[in-house]
Amino acid sequence: MRAPLSWLRDYAPLDATVERLTEVLSELGLVVDGVERLGEGLADVVVARILDIRPHPDADRIRLVDVDPGDGGPLQIVCGAWNFQVGDLVPLAPVGAVLPGDFTISKRKMRGQVSHGMLCSARELGLPEPPDATDGLLILTPDLAPAGTPLTEALGIEPDVVFDLDVTPNRPDALCMAGVARDLAAALGEEWHWPDAPPLPPVVDTVGAAPVTVEAGDLCPRFTGTLITSVPSGPSPAWMARRLALAGMRPISVVVDTSNYVMLDVGQPNHAYDRRHLGGGGILVRRGREGEKLETLDGEQRDLGSGDCVICDADGSPVGVGGIMGGASSEISSATTDVLLECAWFEPSAIAATGKRLGLSSEARTRFERGVDPNVALRAVERFCSLLAAVPDGEAVRRGPTSDVCDSSLPAAPRLALRTRRVNQILGVDLDVATLESLLRPLGFQTDTGPEGLTVKVPTWRLEVTREIDLIEEVARMWGYHRIPRTVPAGSARRTGGLTAPQKQRRRIRQMLTGTGLDEAWTTTFLGPGDLERAGLDPAAVEVENPLDRSESLLRTSLLPGLLKALRFNVDRQLEDLALFEIGRVFAPPAGDSILPAESEQLAVVLLPPPGGAPTAAVTSAVRTWQWLAEALRISGSSLEAATVAGLHPGRAARITAGPVVLGEVGEIDPAVVDAYGLSGRVGWLRLGMGQLLDAPRRPGQAADVSRYPAADVDLAFVLADEVPAASLLRAVGAAGGELLEDLTLFDVYRGERLGEGRRSLAVRARFRAMDRTLSDTELQAARASLIDAASGVGAELRA
Amino acid sequence: MTDIATTARNLLDAGLGRLASADDLESFEVIQRDVLGKKSALAALNTHLRDLTPEQRREAGEAIKATRDTLTEESARIRALLVERHRREQLAAERMDLSELAAAPAGPPLAWSGRGAGHSHLVTSTRDELEDTFVAMGFTVAEGPEAETDWYNFEALNMPPDHPARGMWDTLYLRLGQPGQVLLRTHTSPVQVHLMESGMLPIYAVMPGRCYRRDTPDARHLPVFHQIEGLVVDRGITFGDLAGVIEAFTGAFFGPGMHSRLRPSFFPFTEPSAEFEVTCPICAGGGCRTCSNSGWIELGGCGMVDPNVFRAVGIDPEEYSGFAFGFGIDRLAQVRASLSDMRALLDNDVRFLSQF
Repeated sequence: MRAPLSWLRDYAPLDATVERLTEVLSELGLVVDGVERLGEGLADVVVARILDIRPHPDADRIRLVDVDPGDGGPLQIVCGAWNFQVGDLVPLAPVGAVLPGDFTISKRKMRGQVSHGMLCSARELGLPEPPDATDGLLILTPDLAPAGTPLTEALGIEPDVVFDLDVTPNRPDALCMAGVARDLAAALGEEWHWPDAPPLPPVVDTVGAAPVTVEAGDLCPRFTGTLITSVPSGPSPAWMARRLALAGMRPISVVVDTSNYVMLDVGQPNHAYDRRHLGGGGILVRRGREGEKLETLDGEQRDLGSGDCVICDADGSPVGVGGIMGGASSEISSATTDVLLECAWFEPSAIAATGKRLGLSSEARTRFERGVDPNVALRAVERFCSLLAAVPDGEAVRRGPTSDVCDSSLPAAPRLALRTRRVNQILGVDLDVATLESLLRPLGFQTDTGPEGLTVKVPTWRLEVTREIDLIEEVARMWGYHRIPRTVPAGSARRTGGLTAPQKQRRRIRQMLTGTGLDEAWTTTFLGPGDLERAGLDPAAVEVENPLDRSESLLRTSLLPGLLKALRFNVDRQLEDLALFEIGRVFAPPAGDSILPAESEQLAVVLLPPPGGAPTAAVTSAVRTWQWLAEALRISGSSLEAATVAGLHPGRAARITAGPVVLGEVGEIDPAVVDAYGLSGRVGWLRLGMGQLLDAPRRPGQAADVSRYPAADVDLAFVLADEVPAASLLRAVGAAGGELLEDLTLFDVYRGERLGEGRRSLAVRARFRAMDRTLSDTELQAARASLIDAASGVGAELRA
Repeated sequence: MTDIATTARNLLDAGLGRLASADDLESFEVIQRDVLGKKSALAALNTHLRDLTPEQRREAGEAIKATRDTLTEESARIRALLVERHRREQLAAERMDLSELAAAPAGPPLAWSGRGAGHSHLVTSTRDELEDTFVAMGFTVAEGPEAETDWYNFEALNMPPDHPARGMWDTLYLRLGQPGQVLLRTHTSPVQVHLMESGMLPIYAVMPGRCYRRDTPDARHLPVFHQIEGLVVDRGITFGDLAGVIEAFTGAFFGPGMHSRLRPSFFPFTEPSAEFEVTCPICAGGGCRTCSNSGWIELGGCGMVDPNVFRAVGIDPEEYSGFAFGFGIDRLAQVRASLSDMRALLDNDVRFLSQF
């Protein structure tokens, strides 16, 4: 909503500074997106005539121009524009002029030639570019004004200020000048009044009342029709065209402009039909019929339906989509002499539904679907008629009596109770009844003393105010948010905040991973078709109904594709040595009767070591990353079991389990997947379910005493088949170690011809220690024997 | 039938047999050259065609072509099989017992050297900081699902179907349930509804999380972004409390000398509603490009919980009152880090990640 200050001042003095007005508008909730100051900085700019154009002796891109600045000249200007000829009128900023943006023009030398000012483009002057403008100077209409005339005078520019307001959906009343001015006047303590209007053309019975029949009173609770004869044609008066242009609407012709003007002025969307093209000379308002079509003013064919309110001529042919857009057939033209003016009120929800279904937005729809004052129609009719009659060839304008058809469903102004105690309770203020009245009345609310405060009659232009809380908001707005004392909730002192266990775990993991050199990534939740397949994963995924792009049409079921893309992004920029992790949600298709995807939070790690290192570095690092995390999270009793995992190298993948629970997987990405994502080298992978991780068994929080006695290490090398995982050996040996076994580690792996094909040697160190004594050789021998015995149970023999 | 045609037939049988006999890629390449190459018997047949009558030539030509096509197709199939077998053999040869790695004493996680410390993502570290600030103010941190039903995202928040305010959010819907029933949350507000529905009053909580809107990405908007919301529901909560909490947060998060102010605004789920602005963290209020010389930057929206929202979740608005506030984490991070284009957040370029 663009509101020119000169227009707002029709309603109230509003003589505060622009800065103050901007502040007040913001404090009223009419957010000011921008303030344009028109005509500012143009005071010194004059019209100049081009007398001569000469090349610059020492430059190719600029020329020397002689102009007549009003005294006959010639005045030499150095100019870089090329779009003008001798004889053209152009704007000149002479030496000493200050242009918009505090840009002072001084006499200067350009490549040895003096320039006594600057010839200006529209943009340099802060003026709108003419529609057919080429790059360069603003070329004025020939003979616009004699040279030396101030530009503002020549162009009829009056200094003005335009506020660009962002009006929220709950404030339809502020979509017109009257409404914005009303808020401002109330806040500034000024009187608001309807402006003086030019005299009204008389109602002439011979013109006759417009025939209006309303069949769809539920969709159109009020319809007023007024016949107006001998309407002028041609352009609208300059003042009106200027106001419309400032408000952001293109002036077209006097009837159309007056219609738009009335809407912007008092907030009543309206429509003028060319009466010649209305069959039967009147209006029928009815529901649309399935299959019915109408060409709207924008030239589009619209399909109508039974939920739509359709304006028809008296013969029943559609001439408009009620409250949204008129039809092309009865559009005003230069040949129009008589019009039927519609000022109606449409049911907001029906307008919203029709507008949405047709995908049709218009100024009228915006206003009707949010709510127009149902009582402003007759004022709008009068504004329309008097404005039209006031134009130079408008003396012949006559109007007939207005047909006004109202349905009982037309909303009336509600009366609401406003409890003083409630206002103070919600806002945290201490206002008395008199203050409440003084805040509400200037906005048009009528107040009476009520049982616990006030009874408030809502004005018809604020029908979205339906509840006590809506009134409380008005009180807060008019009192000023900044005047409400800032407090702390009384109960908050007794509160203790904190993070939940999953939140703490997430933080701990991120600290551990960044601490060891991994960078945290954030990839999008969306995948494109084929992304999952390329990663070797099940393509089943939840689909987005209305994605912006096909590449974002699926919800990720795994963090893998996104992280592979992130690796690729870096590799494409010659960045190598990559270690990324992400914690985020993945979405499995709904299970059972649920309609919601099964969301789970996961951690994933991808590791792409720099080229040229050990071929097992990636997978080794992935396993070590898991160990690092398990230690940090104090997870106990987890183990790795070789497994086939989609997307992973079949020989280098293991499931991480803790008891019966699968925590995740670790391994190396299948080289075919790496290849499919345009990467080379080996990529290590670790995935953990955050929920499962949280439930995994932990080392007990109880302290165990440590022994003061010396330890004895027993080193044993076992030979066993490749098929038997080291985990099995360690589990068996560990179990056999009993209470005295303090620690068990694998310290060497050896493969060699002497061991035979498909076998390797695993050297383990078992550390024994007792709480209460130094272990004897006998005890150690026995322990050693039991370890060897246990190892043979998994097929491992002591290496000779 | 010409001799050439017969020969072609015979070459087909022989060729198929030979191709099938290949047992690795190396031998396959040799056989393929023998059977289909330029010096193959099949290629040699072409040189005899010119001695034939046009009709014979056509017949023989077709027979040669059929043989060549079949052999080519078959050789491609066998080649794919061998490639796959070779791949599997290679993978099998690379087999490792990962439990060996796990049983060895843990070294530094990254087996290659030369890396320094890693980095938290700008968005998550900003989120951490926000959470910590609110936790210190006595708030808990709540989370909820990213895929929601229309009820939680809109209806329970005082936006019945066809409510015009729904147009404030461009929504991404999922192909689940009834059309329009399941969506990706457009804000973290559904978590408020879940919290209030749980009936555990009072509530002092913040709700960070990922949200989605059907917006074309640009320098200031991403279709996938993060928000944090706060909700307080208790007896006797006032608008003054809201303003006070926002002010306390502003000072605690942005530092001393930083202030907040509230301006009337509109949200369907709060009333009175406000936008809140904070002292520009770049210029500390002096005026700069980031704040368009106003000294303030708009951070988010807030307001008193609308009585209709309380009713939807079964809380008596006469007994309890409350306030909610929310703002974009990514946007805040963008302002604080003077990040010119928000899309950099999603690239995961390590040169970007390692700055934070």
